[in-house]
Amino acid sequence: MSLLLQYTLIYASVLLLVALGGCFSEHSGVINLGLEGIMVIGALGGALVMRGMPNLPGPAMLIMVFLGAVIAGMIFSLLLAVAAINFNADQTLVGTAMNLLGTAAATVLVKAINMANDPNNVSSAIQYIKQKKAFALIKIGKFELSWFMVIAVILLIVSHIVLYKTKFGLRLMACGEHPQAADSVGINVYKMRYAGVLISGFLGGLGGIVYITAGVSEWKFENGVAGFGFLALAVMIFGQWKPKYIAGAALLFGLFRALSNVYTGFDFLANLHLPSTVYNMLPYIVSLVVLALFSKNSRAPKAEGIPYDKGQR
Amino acid sequence: MNNGKSKFLQREGVQSLIASLICIVLGLLVGYIVLLCINAQGAGRAIVSILKNFLYFPKPSVALEYFGSTLAKMAPLLMCTLSILFAYKVGLFNIGASGQYTVGAGLALFLALKYQMPWYVCLLAALIGGGILGGISGALKAYLNVNEVIAGIMLNWISLYCINMLLTNVKESSTTYTLALRTNAPKGLLPHLGLDKLFSDNKYVTLAIPLAIIIAILVWIVMEKTKLGYELKATGLNKNAAKYAGMKEKYNMILTMVIAGCLSGLGAAFLYLSGIEQWSCAQTAVPAMGFNGIAAAFLGGLNPIGSIFSAFFIQHITSGGSYVDKMVYASQISDLISAVIIYFCSFVLFFKYIMKKIVAKKGGNA
Repeated sequence: MSLLLQYTLIYASVLLLVALGGCFSEHSGVINLGLEGIMVIGALGGALVMRGMPNLPGPAMLIMVFLGAVIAGMIFSLLLAVAAINFNADQTLVGTAMNLLGTAAATVLVKAINMANDPNNVSSAIQYIKQKKAFALIKIGKFELSWFMVIAVILLIVSHIVLYKTKFGLRLMACGEHPQAADSVGINVYKMRYAGVLISGFLGGLGGIVYITAGVSEWKFENGVAGFGFLALAVMIFGQWKPKYIAGAALLFGLFRALSNVYTGFDFLANLHLPSTVYNMLPYIVSLVVLALFSKNSRAPKAEGIPYDKGQR
Repeated sequence: MNNGKSKFLQREGVQSLIASLICIVLGLLVGYIVLLCINAQGAGRAIVSILKNFLYFPKPSVALEYFGSTLAKMAPLLMCTLSILFAYKVGLFNIGASGQYTVGAGLALFLALKYQMPWYVCLLAALIGGGILGGISGALKAYLNVNEVIAGIMLNWISLYCINMLLTNVKESSTTYTLALRTNAPKGLLPHLGLDKLFSDNKYVTLAIPLAIIIAILVWIVMEKTKLGYELKATGLNKNAAKYAGMKEKYNMILTMVIAGCLSGLGAAFLYLSGIEQWSCAQTAVPAMGFNGIAAAFLGGLNPIGSIFSAFFIQHITSGGSYVDKMVYASQISDLISAVIIYFCSFVLFFKYIMKKIVAKKGGNA
């Protein structure tokens, strides 16, 4: 039971972070379908820090890995920002390209690093058994609370305050609703959209490193993040683009994802003798059902996905 | 003289072609830079072997045989490309092509291996399976306003898990791969029509290759010359206007996705029923074919005829990736190049805008 709680919380943290990232980007008017790729690159950034500096003391490790992940995520998100904001590119296409690019680039890079060290090591995996210990906050029995859960909760509160209580957040949201109106009162729409996309890179990159350190102590970058970026988008839609609802949605989805890790520990679930594949499928099925139920009256930012054209009326 | 040249440059098709070539050059350039960063010495040779692909073999007959294999893999890619392009013309982004492809592969292989069905039944099953999955995304979009990209991704993963489960029933006992068609279900193999003779007896060259090209031409005819194509494109341009003009916009959306799904499903059957690959039931990633199809569709300027060439190019470099020196580089370098090409394809409108500006400037001077 405590394991289920632990996995639910950690997966919920991942989904929460990434969905908040999507939320900032979409409120500024840019659809970020590249979150999956941003997660992979963020995870890569963090993992490379862990690989490069394996002997850092606990707190320093946490800070450096955090920085590695968010900086990598933000740099990668610039690909979307430049294409979508300056060149009026099709945002769906750019996002898709970023997802493919993220996994391919990470695989090529990690394989190159592994092969440079040991010509016989052609895997795309990075290990971080020892380094991972720095992320544990407290341990009660089997239950382990991670620093990342705390960071996720703090960022949730910060996001809510930034979006609804600050000048910046309200202006950001104006750019996603009616950019022409925002511009007419002196808000720089391009800058605001850059800010939105970069924040999503920050949160997406962080989500990536939390995801790969959640249950395992090595990651094969060939596998990417298995659609987690898109699950986060489903969480965001289910949460109606509002941080407080997104938190609830993330918990629900986190629970279903956690079940596939720990269902064998529950007698009544194990007795059903369902193949493990069914549990693996569960988060995707749930998100499809949820999307079907909640998309009809969705309150998406009105101007999302439309390149801003100053001259348009 | 100058006038004739600028007229040539003004043609839409020429501009698309130049824009695509720019994307390819930029993609290869980025790939080359990455190779240089990893290992400067072998980079030149690596990029050449990616571009040469089957020409890597000096003996013409062997090269011809591998050319046949590249074509055999191009056929499914072309189908996925057509699927994505068809949906895109109607304003839908069919990222679910991979899932439809997975379902097609699963049904075709299962019927062939378990029930010894002949190849045409398997093709039909793949077609229907892909079509149903496409129809689900279409219906979700039309009636419940579900974003087709997110729904497509979810369906991709669901179908991957389901098909892995289904095909575990017909897998080899010692490996994770499905039984080989050639030895276990020869009836399921696509006929060669004598085409294998043209490619040094390459047994993977089948009916699929000409069929895929014929389907590409059919898609072009449907899009450009029929009432159905006109209605579908009108729905894509403006759903509300199409509805106002008396078109059934919801029906059109679903129909589009069904057709797109049929195309990807059929593509999978083209690959797996040629016996060139076996399905791995332990697969943890959705097949890349559907994603490469996105690259090929946009590189081909969203034109079915252009797709034939772009699909060949993408498959050419993907296959070429396996010839790089594996001690130094990862074969995924070609995935990286395709991804960069897709990224630059999103700048095509911008490239065209620049070209129009240049042409207009020249026209002004003359």
